[in-house]
Amino acid sequence: MTKFVKSNEAVVMGALYAGCDLYFGYPITPASEIAHGAAKWFPMLGRTFVQAECETASINMMFGAAGAGKLCMTATSGPGFSLMQEGLSYLAGAELPAVVVDVNRAGPGLGNVYPEQSDYTPAVKGGGHGSYQTFTLAPASAQEMFDLTMKAFEMAAKWRTPAVVFADGLQGQMMETVRLPEREMPRPDFSSWAAQGEPATRRNLVKSIYLDAAQQYEFNLSLQEKYSRMAADAMSESYMTADADILFVAFGISSRIARTAAEELRREGVKAGLFRPVTLNPFPRDALAAAAKGRKVITIELDAGQFADDTRLNLARAGLGAEAAGVKMVNRMGGVLVTVEEAVAAAKEVV
Amino acid sequence: MAEICQRGMYKTFPRSGKNTSFTHYCPGCGHGIINKLIAEACEELGLQDRTIFVDPVGCGVFTYYYWDAAHISAAHGRASAVATGACRARPDAVTIAYQGDGDLGAIGFNNAFQAASRGENFGCIFVNNSLYGMTGGQMAPTTLEGETTTTTPFGRDPSLTGHPLHVCEVFAQLKAPVYIARVSVADTKRIMQAKQAIRKVFEIQRDRKGYALLEILAPCPTNFKMNALDAAAFCINEMEREFPLGVFREEGRGMGEEERGKGEEERGKGEEASVLSLRPVPHAASCHDLFLEKDAAPAAVDDPSFPERRFKFAGYGGQGILSLGLCIAEAARLERRHTLWFPSYGPEQRGGSANCSVVVSGTPIGSPAVEHPDVLVCMNQPAYERFAGDVKKGGIVIVDETVPVETRPPEGVRLVRWPAIRMAEEFGVPKAANTMMLAALKKLECTGLSDGSLEKSLVASFKKKPALGEKNRELLRKAEQTEF
Ligand SMILES: Cc1ncc(C[n+]2csc(CCOP(=O)(O)OP(=O)(O)O)c2C)c(N)n1
Ligand code: SF4
Repeated sequence: MTKFVKSNEAVVMGALYAGCDLYFGYPITPASEIAHGAAKWFPMLGRTFVQAECETASINMMFGAAGAGKLCMTATSGPGFSLMQEGLSYLAGAELPAVVVDVNRAGPGLGNVYPEQSDYTPAVKGGGHGSYQTFTLAPASAQEMFDLTMKAFEMAAKWRTPAVVFADGLQGQMMETVRLPEREMPRPDFSSWAAQGEPATRRNLVKSIYLDAAQQYEFNLSLQEKYSRMAADAMSESYMTADADILFVAFGISSRIARTAAEELRREGVKAGLFRPVTLNPFPRDALAAAAKGRKVITIELDAGQFADDTRLNLARAGLGAEAAGVKMVNRMGGVLVTVEEAVAAAKEVV
Repeated sequence: MAEICQRGMYKTFPRSGKNTSFTHYCPGCGHGIINKLIAEACEELGLQDRTIFVDPVGCGVFTYYYWDAAHISAAHGRASAVATGACRARPDAVTIAYQGDGDLGAIGFNNAFQAASRGENFGCIFVNNSLYGMTGGQMAPTTLEGETTTTTPFGRDPSLTGHPLHVCEVFAQLKAPVYIARVSVADTKRIMQAKQAIRKVFEIQRDRKGYALLEILAPCPTNFKMNALDAAAFCINEMEREFPLGVFREEGRGMGEEERGKGEEERGKGEEASVLSLRPVPHAASCHDLFLEKDAAPAAVDDPSFPERRFKFAGYGGQGILSLGLCIAEAARLERRHTLWFPSYGPEQRGGSANCSVVVSGTPIGSPAVEHPDVLVCMNQPAYERFAGDVKKGGIVIVDETVPVETRPPEGVRLVRWPAIRMAEEFGVPKAANTMMLAALKKLECTGLSDGSLEKSLVASFKKKPALGEKNRELLRKAEQTEF
């Protein structure tokens, strides 16, 4: 069965189906509906909602709750996401599962509340200190706000890592139909490492400190090794790519503009397709390479080119140097969207 | 280094990387004594299995080497926030945060203060040694006036750096804490008192009574640049002068209480009782119970023969613009079409204008942005001026007849003026102007949706006031009789 819901609310529903027990958050537009939904629904299900005094508090409360072995989350937007970076690094350093939703607004600074994808680097590359990564998913619909929030919990628990659901202001406000699953996800068991205040976990220690340089080095190697294994869980969508001459590469809200542009181009006889990374980290490099080989690549994005650079990097790493060098970009910033016409025009210029 | 192998502690400390029974604290350090007292209290009360210690960043960072209980090692300043998360996640645990005066008094003050204000169920043990020990003896908020530290080389000058921060006294202004006290570990008598106070913090947590703060004055011989005895004497003679020992809150009663009582009297008796009250939280048994009991509908089905339609609705806030869009979206959902709705948001709404976009399609919807609507509904002039030029060729613009149309819409776009506001007023329900607009949409057959679903959706939009739903259905039918 389906519900017609605001994407931001779909996030809360997804979290509840995933077994999230605690929500910590501080209000910020355009993510506030996530806190509103959580404030109402978490207590109704006997779960915990805490309005924190700031985002630094939210992320550290999550450190405590995750350290105590429970699934927890927060949601925020740019300025709050910046404040959370230290905490994200600690979560990664202590290998704690937790989910942060960033509903990207325009920046830098206070910016405005309209959509951007400019938090790309901190959301995808690990914005805090140290060599860490997050498992980062980029929803493109209310359905995915639901599904990928659930997935984020699954991946966070599987890899013992903070996961980021990376959305944008427009998506947060959008209402669409969401299919709800039959069952809730079972709670994972973290008693082997969590500080649960129970006899079985008495000797457990949650920490990110390794005073000895050699030990810290070893730990870093094990983290990097974990991140390389994470690649197996990369997700992507290829749309009309099989015979494409032009390949749009875009994620999240931009991918939907690109999708309409590709359909428009097909109607006009131009063979266009779309490659959409669903996980931005791990990046679906092999799938991108398969879709992009021998094609002209155009990225559609709401930032200054951070995503285009990452696309180039991934193409080059996949051995597609020529495709990487040829990547073109259509972008907008400040809360202005790329229009379908602009994407179509860029494609026509390249053919 | 001091050897303090004790009850409640590990026998040796392999987590330090060495199989030693010596702690990392300097000789004469207050932390060492306090660590021992905490371990003893936890063990004596039989709470080791239930305790979660939240460790600070500061000289207390390595308490996890020593205390035989579960630990979470927090970021600098964040132990109270971390303890909040832990005690909320594990309400049956005994959660104890351990923090220094830089950790709690400076970088993490607000986190500690707000946790106390919320009355979180954890005990906070706050070690005041008047400076930053770990990082080399810098000034802390608690540094005494005239005290020399590495960042106050000429003594702390209150005209430049303010006065020492009295954490207990400040926290005692809060309503929630059940216990706030200041003790010292500078001599045997004080250590015995400190021990009792530490036990009390554990007991409060064991009995789940609420938030407790215990400040402990402690010597830091290394950064005081004194031997252990002189450092202890400094604690007694100098620190206690500024920070008197005592109990500031006991079982919820203390200075703050009396103050608040006074306020009540001063307000006088004649006033009415507050209108504010708590309401019970409705209970749901499961997600399914919570979300699928109501308004669930079958999923959309793909039907490429149904052409995509893009709508824009614009006007003033309060004209029911957003609900009108939602009504179309809901009707589309009833017909199992792919549907998307989104409103203007943010400061845009504050200027009094509102608009929303709706897309209805037989196939999955790409771009959510309605750059070129097939159907534009305008309830005021600014809306018309802003959007009419964007309407797609072959599209339609419906404007309220009160809107002066100064520029025609683009070629190939039909313009319909419709008396929505006037009709609603004539029917005696001025708020129903949006329903009057729905009548126009229906009559002009520009939604691609059946009359049945549009009516059903309209009625459903008043699910909290069913009588209004019926009334609107009646008005809708009446309006449709009107000729253009
Ligand atoms: C964000 C951040 N800033 C600075 C530091 C460095 N730092 C570590 S401990 C400390 C001060 C510790 O002083 P206090 O809390 O008084 O504890 P003490 O060592 O005196 O027991 C500082 C500034 C840090 N770890 N993290
Ligand atoms: S520096 Fe001061 S606080 Fe730190 S261990 Fe030494 S004496 Fe104790």
